[in-house]
Amino acid sequence: HQQLFEKHLVLLRDGRTLIGYLRSIDQFANLVFHQTVERIHVGKKFGDIPRGIFIVRGENVVLLGEIDMDKPCDTVLQQVSIEEILEEQRLQQQAKQETEKVKMQVLKDRGLSIPKADNLDEY
Amino acid sequence: PEHTSVFLSNLYSFSFKKKKKQPTATLTVQLTLACVSAPQLFYSFFKSLVGKDVVVELKNDLSICGTLHSVDQYLNIKLTDISVTDPEKYPHMLSVKNCFIRGSVVRYVQLPADEVDTQLLQDAARKEAMQQKQ
Repeated sequence: HQQLFEKHLVLLRDGRTLIGYLRSIDQFANLVFHQTVERIHVGKKFGDIPRGIFIVRGENVVLLGEIDMDKPCDTVLQQVSIEEILEEQRLQQQAKQETEKVKMQVLKDRGLSIPKADNLDEY
Repeated sequence: PEHTSVFLSNLYSFSFKKKKKQPTATLTVQLTLACVSAPQLFYSFFKSLVGKDVVVELKNDLSICGTLHSVDQYLNIKLTDISVTDPEKYPHMLSVKNCFIRGSVVRYVQLPADEVDTQLLQDAARKEAMQQKQ
């Protein structure tokens, strides 16, 4: 099958991006990835962490895409080392948590609360 | 978001972008309920839209524009020639042309208003709801 030799990209429900060779897929979107790389994006920088072989349970899959080798992608993005991207990510998460905290407090003061989408049960 | 909608989180909901007009809340709720009581209805509905350009908004707030290639019984969607509509704060998708989207993560499917006969759809949904009651 043509699909089994192209590099694929999968977005997971927890926000992670995995890139690798898709070796198998079933009706539940369970996936087997070979030579997987976890790509972390922060702003215009990105870093790749090699992960080996991954089995992804279908319920965690958001989107699965075929990577088109012809489409240019290195124009805006800058690849950095793993340590650097992890540090950038940590800072980004910190900033996000701060704004979330403020937002939650504001909502709480008004008697409102918004459930987070990724914790909801499967339909 | 600019479209009116009842936020029924883990059910599919559809909004029709009719230029600047907003869909009625009742229509949205009806269609959402129809999705649970008549799953085949929307499967058939989407099958009739294959080849059209749609925008799929996911529960993680990502919006993807593309041509509807296929749909299955779980309302999983395959899009071709995709582009991320909102500001490209999702750079990972730059080199992806075709994608498969799991039905359970879709929040909205935005359709061109002229492709949809709203009246027909509403009648079909109502009919299904009546059948369910019996």
